[in-house]
Amino acid sequence: MAKRIEASGVTAYYGAFKAIDSVSMTIEPKSVTALIGPSGCGKSTFLRSINRMHEVLPGARVEGRLTVDHQDIYERDVDVTAVRRMIGMVFQRPNPFPTMSIFDNVVAGLRLNGVRGKAALEEAAEKALRGANLWNEVKDRLKKPGGGLSGGQQQRLCIARTIAVEPQIVLMDEPCSALDPISTLAIEDLISQLKDKYTIVIVTHNMQQAARVSDRTAFFSIEKTGDPGRLVEYDDTQKIFTNPAERKTEDYITGRFG
Amino acid sequence: MMVSLTARRLPRFAPLAIGAGAVAVAAGLSFGLGLGGPVMTGILAALLFVAALFGTAWRVEGSRAARNRVASALIYGAFVLAVIPLVSVMFTVVDKGWARLDGTFFGTSMNNISAFDAHGGAYHAIIGTLEQVGIAVLITVPLGILGAVYIVEYGRGKLASWIRFFVDVMTGIPSIVAGLFILAFWVMVVSPMFSADGAPTLSGFAASLALSVLMLPTVVRSTEEMLRLVPNELREGSYALGIPKWKTITKIVLPTAGPGIVTGVMLAIARAAGETAPVMLVAGVNSAIAFNPFESQSSLSYYVFDQATDSSKYAEPRAWAGALTLVAIVLTLTVVAKLLARRSKLSR
Amino acid sequence: MTSSTTTKPAAGAMLPRRRRFGAETIFRWLTTGAGTAVLVIIVAIATFLIAEAVPALRDNKENFFTYKEWFTGPADRKFGIAALAFGTVLSATIALLLAVPVALGIALFLSHYAPRRISTTLGFLIDLLAAVPSIVFGLWGRDYLVDPVKDLSAWLNEYMGWLPLFGGDGPFGKSVLLGSIVLAIMVLPIITSLSREVFMQTPKANEEAALALGATKWEMIRTSVLPYGRPGIIAAVLLGLGRALGETIALAMTLGTTFVISFNLVETGGNSIAANIANKFGEADDFGRGALIASGLVLFTITLIVNMTARAIVYRRREFR
Repeated sequence: MAKRIEASGVTAYYGAFKAIDSVSMTIEPKSVTALIGPSGCGKSTFLRSINRMHEVLPGARVEGRLTVDHQDIYERDVDVTAVRRMIGMVFQRPNPFPTMSIFDNVVAGLRLNGVRGKAALEEAAEKALRGANLWNEVKDRLKKPGGGLSGGQQQRLCIARTIAVEPQIVLMDEPCSALDPISTLAIEDLISQLKDKYTIVIVTHNMQQAARVSDRTAFFSIEKTGDPGRLVEYDDTQKIFTNPAERKTEDYITGRFG
Repeated sequence: MMVSLTARRLPRFAPLAIGAGAVAVAAGLSFGLGLGGPVMTGILAALLFVAALFGTAWRVEGSRAARNRVASALIYGAFVLAVIPLVSVMFTVVDKGWARLDGTFFGTSMNNISAFDAHGGAYHAIIGTLEQVGIAVLITVPLGILGAVYIVEYGRGKLASWIRFFVDVMTGIPSIVAGLFILAFWVMVVSPMFSADGAPTLSGFAASLALSVLMLPTVVRSTEEMLRLVPNELREGSYALGIPKWKTITKIVLPTAGPGIVTGVMLAIARAAGETAPVMLVAGVNSAIAFNPFESQSSLSYYVFDQATDSSKYAEPRAWAGALTLVAIVLTLTVVAKLLARRSKLSR
Repeated sequence: MTSSTTTKPAAGAMLPRRRRFGAETIFRWLTTGAGTAVLVIIVAIATFLIAEAVPALRDNKENFFTYKEWFTGPADRKFGIAALAFGTVLSATIALLLAVPVALGIALFLSHYAPRRISTTLGFLIDLLAAVPSIVFGLWGRDYLVDPVKDLSAWLNEYMGWLPLFGGDGPFGKSVLLGSIVLAIMVLPIITSLSREVFMQTPKANEEAALALGATKWEMIRTSVLPYGRPGIIAAVLLGLGRALGETIALAMTLGTTFVISFNLVETGGNSIAANIANKFGEADDFGRGALIASGLVLFTITLIVNMTARAIVYRRREFR
């Protein structure tokens, strides 16, 4: 049961600095939405606003309305941890917990959220690892440290860890930027499979990747350094890459800017 | 004018030859003219060596190279100079401590040992050290780790930066001041409330409190450093799973920093075990075996001081044996702690 | 598009609410309490030392700050910090004059001269020596260093006796010189290990820039390593100073315990606040303890100022990074 995300007037700050200004967009369930744009345009900030990770940084805050299936996640008194359980996140650099084995990494979220019982955990771990296309590679060494895997495997381990808690939305912040081309391909395959079950939002610097994996694409940009990022254009990926409505989008996609 | 890329250099054996010459001349002057003994020879030889090296290098290689050579000589010299006393300390401790390091030393106390008795031991003192340091660990480890968690994970604004600053300042509080503080606070104000006759009580526990004052900043500081080394991606990875902050800290961040924290605690223990002054002020003096930390106790470091200032001819070997035991305990702790730190997954 | 939503979503779809007094809140208060404990302890130290010192100071028949001797017996209640504070500062200063150049030399040796593998091992050994308890240094200084220092004192007195520092007619033995040398040996590893760390952090780009200009190794150190490390060196020295000012047992065993203000380093003599506390504590009654606590308060204030200065320097430097 994937969910629809609706942002209206989302504005995010780092202290006094306004990072994104009044972003409004609707992200459809069971689809892949790519956020693209030049560095510093606020696409990662917007992504982190969706599961309230932005406010983890000191002095960071968000204004505006962000709803997930009509529930305002920024409403006072909302339990932040529940929001993040519902909206999982995969980071730029693979970040498995170094003191834990592969198995413990996958079930870390379940355990910390109170799931007990060996059988239940093992079942969940296998399901998540299969879901992340990693099961066949690690099934014989589940007790080994997660840090011993290759970068691509580590990133899929992090995806397994994320989907093990059964979120409804998965956010990915440049998940392939630290990986080699083959691992990147493996992750992209995985993303196309995951969209059957989850709403996926992915930030990427790689326009081919956006074109390959996403259904819809949002282009963010800034006027100049120090200005807040704005949503310039948001449409079907097909249209953005072949016939964008905005001149700026076209310039960026054809490499004249950014 | 053509620029030459090769410069005139002193032959490689030159410093060695100059050194040998300097020693010979210095020995001649010291012993021949009666200026002094071997120590004088060493000082004189060093001065002569530096002067002669500078002179020859100046003539052959020029002033910049000469300065470079002298700087190198002084830097190597500093190292040699420091090694002498430090090696002497370690050698003396082992050499003199060995004599009384026997079963009696580890098995008996100083109870009813008069100035004319050759035996007597440090069992009571070792018990005292173990108990006092143990209690201090029980007090400082939870307090120190929680304090560091506050500084790194929760602290914002003025309060946090004040705490950080004063943790650093507190590291420099002299141990005798910590002892006086516990004397003024625990022994003179609090302990009379617990004693039957309302009189102040000196006790091993009071020494533990004083040691805690000394250990706390060390534990906070080292834990803080370790927590800062835990990559932020781990915290974010955990938050993104919907795990609350306090669970992220206790289940993810602290275990990751674990080995480093243990190292810090062990270094703090090593320092506390070697402290004499606070124990001397507040533990009371007890030459008998006392397991109850709420009575007066001795400690190994105080035992060394006590025996060293005793006029009996049998006391000095006991002092050295105590010093050797103390050094062995402290250095073992330090070595293990440092090795543990090297194996830690976190690195700068 | 969101016209169907109201501010309050339908009851069934509500996200869980935050708990006001949940585990999170309790844990945060627990850590805040532990952090604040440090401030409480510092304030408590000052408070209790003052409270216990005031009665003794009130009954003191002499001026605490200018009187030199220390009598706290029932018959004669007069004591002053002058000679002790002077002795404390004198022995710590001499110790640093001896230790700092050597410590910086060793630090440079370890960071820029010795081969990498040797330097790691030696750095490790230096750290170990910083852990050797002061009682051991005191015992060694009193029993083994005393004779060489006696010879050195006699020699200095004979050839350089025209300097007040080395004047007098003896006897030589437990003197400021002996105490300072022991102190110097004790603070040496501390200053070395801190400044070594600073020297090793010198940006490689800075060093290479100097070398690329044709600097010799020493010139490279003077133009890049030392300027970069200056605040770190100052902080290391001040921390060593703090340690030297507060050292108790080693000085109680190597100083001559006199109550005079004199710059003479070689004659039997010298004293310090901390050593005096160790020496007089055993025979002190309630009044005597109060007097010693008063002297401890002075020591606490001096070391607090030294340490706060050191930290302020370190902190200011941190902002530049």
